[in-house]
Amino acid sequence: MPVADIATAPAIEVSHLVKTYSGVTAVNDISFTVARGEIIGFLGPNGAGKSTTMRILTGYLPATSGSVNLCGLPVATQPDDVKRLIGYMPENNPLPEDMRVIEYLYYRGRLKEVPRRKLGPRLDEILELCDLKRVRHRLIGKLSKGYRQRVGIAEAVLAEPPVIIMDEPTIGLDPHQILIVRDLIASLRGRMTVLISSHILPEIEVTCDRVLIINGGRVVAQGTPAELRRDILGHSTYRIDVAGDIAALPALLAGIEPTLKITETAETAADGFCALTLTTGSNDELGETLLRALTAKNFRVRALSRAHPTLEDVFLAATKRSWDVKDVPAPKRAVK
Amino acid sequence: MKHFWTILSHEIRMLLVNPATYIAAVLFLGVMGVIFSWIVEQYSGSAQEYSPAVLFFTLFWVPVCFMVPLFTMKCLAEERRLGTLETLLTTSVTTTEVVLGKFFASYFLYCALWASTGAYFYLLRHFSDDVRFLDPASIVGGYTFIAVSGLFFVSIGVFTSSLTRSQPVAGICSCALLLVLTLGTNILHDTEMLSTVTVLHPLRDAVDYAHVFQHLDDFCRGVVDTRELLFYLSGTVLALIFSVLGIEARLLHS
Repeated sequence: MPVADIATAPAIEVSHLVKTYSGVTAVNDISFTVARGEIIGFLGPNGAGKSTTMRILTGYLPATSGSVNLCGLPVATQPDDVKRLIGYMPENNPLPEDMRVIEYLYYRGRLKEVPRRKLGPRLDEILELCDLKRVRHRLIGKLSKGYRQRVGIAEAVLAEPPVIIMDEPTIGLDPHQILIVRDLIASLRGRMTVLISSHILPEIEVTCDRVLIINGGRVVAQGTPAELRRDILGHSTYRIDVAGDIAALPALLAGIEPTLKITETAETAADGFCALTLTTGSNDELGETLLRALTAKNFRVRALSRAHPTLEDVFLAATKRSWDVKDVPAPKRAVK
Repeated sequence: MKHFWTILSHEIRMLLVNPATYIAAVLFLGVMGVIFSWIVEQYSGSAQEYSPAVLFFTLFWVPVCFMVPLFTMKCLAEERRLGTLETLLTTSVTTTEVVLGKFFASYFLYCALWASTGAYFYLLRHFSDDVRFLDPASIVGGYTFIAVSGLFFVSIGVFTSSLTRSQPVAGICSCALLLVLTLGTNILHDTEMLSTVTVLHPLRDAVDYAHVFQHLDDFCRGVVDTRELLFYLSGTVLALIFSVLGIEARLLHS
């Protein structure tokens, strides 16, 4: 491939990727593309095939079929060139226990072919970036989980590769450390393409430009968090505290928007107010119209809010939907 | 092979800063020192057929069978157990470079430990002032044998370490293989059945070829047979190829 194509090709191109081992299909026909400089979140329940996909992307595991290109280079035929383009932090962040932080990063820098001359200043820079300066001479085995994660991240970004792949970088961190890691990843935006998998959904929502949800080895949804909300959930929810003739409300709501319905009614309180949950298929903001219509009909409104579904709701809906699609029951095991 | 030197220097460095290396070295030198002083005692009692160096090197199997597994069992099994092999192989390092780096680091330690036993001969010469005790030819021959056979013994240790995640399993396997190769061939060689039963003659030839004690004897007498060199070198290459395949097979089927 000409050099110009390598510079402009998408960072990651996965097409019809399949991986089976010992009869189990871990990844089943996955296709997706990641643009340069994008931060993409990889979501999925345990055993969905996230780690396997990431390992195939890094050239560590061979794929059964399908193709994976990184910056235009095919992983299957040019694994050595591809590995130079990747910074990878595996699941559980394995690190040697008996090395000091600085020694480890120096060794990894040499393996990643960072020239000796540039390695010193680069190490200083990376220690500063990951806030590891204080522990640079400590043994990795004696570091706390947060520091270990940061050593893993520092190692992944050390050689400034165009693509960073991190398998659950924030697992086991406290909220303060999550914030630091989040800032760190955000600082890479635009410069490097980052693919991260995580179970912490708000985390993904804040950090990532785009989300890819996989389940049972298949991509079940992809897009920006807002797109996913619209596509997967397909409705908006309003919560309202209202007093008045509740029985007349459905007709009034249908007048505002045909799909607007009451889905939940709480008991009427002593002061006459009742908390209702309304849903609608429309994505337009109906709050103001609703408020005007209700007050015009002499309803008293105490509170009105539009509920924002979290990525968690989207994730649950998307993975549930993909389970529903699978109609083949699991084979029964023979009883011994 | 760009990364070979990086891995080798890193491994040697890690061996030198690891307290376990020094504990192993002290144990090794202690055991070999006791053996050496026992030999010297025997010689001071009565005249013997061989020079003390020959007898000393005949007991090479003691450190080989117990020390080699101890310092090779960790090299690949530990990396696999911790998962650091994954981080290593996701850089542009090849499996061959990793195996060779680990192998030569262990071999370096093996040679360094044996080289330090040279001090015994120096001390003996210094305090006895009797050159009859020391036959330079057999000492040089013995150390050459140690260096050449060490390649094969250490590669067996590296190979067993590539097969499993568990260090004790790797250690026990290499100990067993080394015992079979050294003492096993010696016992088989002395078995009468091999010479009397015609069907077993090919086996006898094979045992003769792999008879490590015979090789030692030849080296100590100054005979460097290319067949013996080939035996150790081809064995080393084969064990290292199997180590590389052992790791790659695990990746394919993991």
